[in-house]
Amino acid sequence: MATFKMAWRSALLVSAAILATCAAASAQAPDYNLGKTPTDDEIRAWDISITPDGKGLPAGSGTAVEGAKLYVRKGCVICHGPDGTGGLAPHLVQTKDLASPSSHPEKTIVTFSPFATTLWDFIHRAMPLQRAGTLKPDEVYGLTAFLLYKNGIIQENDVLDAQSLPKVKMPNRDGFIPPDVSQYKPGSPLPIAIASDPAPEKK
Amino acid sequence: MDKREPGRRGFIKKSVALAGWAAAGGAGLAKGQTADSATEPAKDLEAYGERSHYVTSVRIFPPPFGPDPFGLTSHLFTPLQDSVGIITPASLHYTMAHKGFYVPDINPAQHRLMIHGMVDRPLIFTMDDLKRFPPVSRVHYLECNGNKARPDHKTVQRACGLTSCSEWTGVPLSLLLKQAGVHNGAKWIVAEGVEDNKGSMTLPLSKAMDDMLVAYGQNGEPVRPQNGFPLRLLVPGFEGLCNVKWLRRIKVVDEFYGTYNEMDRYTSVDPRTVKPIPFEQGPKSAITFPSGGQKLPERGHYQITGLAWSGGGAIRRVEISTDGGRTWKDADIQSTVHRMAHTRFGMDWVWNGEECTIMSRCTDELNQSQPTAADFARFFNQTTEYLFNKQNTPNGHNNYILPWKIDRDGNVQNGLA
Repeated sequence: MATFKMAWRSALLVSAAILATCAAASAQAPDYNLGKTPTDDEIRAWDISITPDGKGLPAGSGTAVEGAKLYVRKGCVICHGPDGTGGLAPHLVQTKDLASPSSHPEKTIVTFSPFATTLWDFIHRAMPLQRAGTLKPDEVYGLTAFLLYKNGIIQENDVLDAQSLPKVKMPNRDGFIPPDVSQYKPGSPLPIAIASDPAPEKK
Repeated sequence: MDKREPGRRGFIKKSVALAGWAAAGGAGLAKGQTADSATEPAKDLEAYGERSHYVTSVRIFPPPFGPDPFGLTSHLFTPLQDSVGIITPASLHYTMAHKGFYVPDINPAQHRLMIHGMVDRPLIFTMDDLKRFPPVSRVHYLECNGNKARPDHKTVQRACGLTSCSEWTGVPLSLLLKQAGVHNGAKWIVAEGVEDNKGSMTLPLSKAMDDMLVAYGQNGEPVRPQNGFPLRLLVPGFEGLCNVKWLRRIKVVDEFYGTYNEMDRYTSVDPRTVKPIPFEQGPKSAITFPSGGQKLPERGHYQITGLAWSGGGAIRRVEISTDGGRTWKDADIQSTVHRMAHTRFGMDWVWNGEECTIMSRCTDELNQSQPTAADFARFFNQTTEYLFNKQNTPNGHNNYILPWKIDRDGNVQNGLA
């Protein structure tokens, strides 16, 4: 592990040197005066990004009761099945017993999504198939509520909106390890790639 | 071809015959080439050239990668077994699209790239605007993180074909970000495509300022639609997913946004812990000849050849073992070495007709080298059985050594089995 640490340290020094070079180049970069400045409306129209804690969520609201109707009316049911399973498209409702250590987790909302906002974001940006971007915020809140209800995470009449959605605690919230930007330095060795070193012992 | 007018056809015939003679210097005829094949007009005189009809190497889409229940192909694998040099022809470049989502048909005249968020001056660029900035051209590989070799993979195309290498031309993203003026305290960029699911990734700003490229060119022509036409992000050495295709928007931010791809789809579970897979890929190599499914016709001299690459930078060394990993010899580096790019290696070898296992191992400029599959599994506290189970979620970049077993008849098979 000593060699790994040494390499890490020298990588930091190299990165510092690169950053210094970048700063110098930055001062010299000419102003090309190309491109145009978007209006606030243009930015709003394009910027669909939502943060895990809900920044960027629009006004609107919905419940699972409304979502259940939309799930059929918007055609979700055709690909995802009447109960969120059994269709051609990925399962939306967890069917495996998570408590059993032998069963490998299926990738569903329950096992993977640490934040309910991710679900809202994906329905909003990508669904329904071939008609992405046509759902109104109320409809996305309703569909999100329906899927969370079907997975036993919220109640049927819970109202989801920009305030309540980020507060929904997903089952795997505590299992999520967020990335730390300081972990990435250009040119840092990866721990797994040090084949000559013994693999770390089991914890 | 039969539709051509006789006069024109005759003219083409003569030109081809002359050109063929000049290029081959007569050597082709000496090898037994018939007069017929030398004078028949070749198809590559068309306005957009085609390869010889004798060359049939194509991409494959093995199950479960396509066509999916919606009739869409999600993954296409590059025929590495037929590759020479380091550049993958654009038509054979691996491609990956999420199931259920089509490759968008984008009119470049209407395409825009917006840079906004934590910047002094949000900017919208047309494709013409972008081409007025000084371009750079760089050779880089791309690799899908799903490029995972298993014992049941019969060929190098199936075991390793989700990687390709091109010369990419475009504008350094750092230059565009400097035009916009990045605020202090910004740490990440969120890059987003224009396709149906608007594929989005949160990436370190430090990498953006280092070597990310907003690319419009691939191997001397516009980027192909499957590879992101008219504009894509190139993030050298990072997992394929980060290289957002059909790029329309870059938002400069100070927190990890964690979109669908990062939170759900491309996460590792061990067994209940979810984390985004690491960005940078490790060193990796594969012998492309002799490789699975091929056959050595007789004992004697052969050229072992293959490709090596690393997300950590330039390949410094490739070793080859022909005795199942007991002894290793340095291979020759047979191409120009670019950072984060396929590098061609090879070695003279005499096959004595005996059963043997061949494998390659590369080392990059950071002194990282490839683990064996057993080492790799042990690192993640797994068994190789678990590692090779296709039901199980990948750990990240699968860069373990890929062995090929050669039997006494010269048949080459997957050596992971």
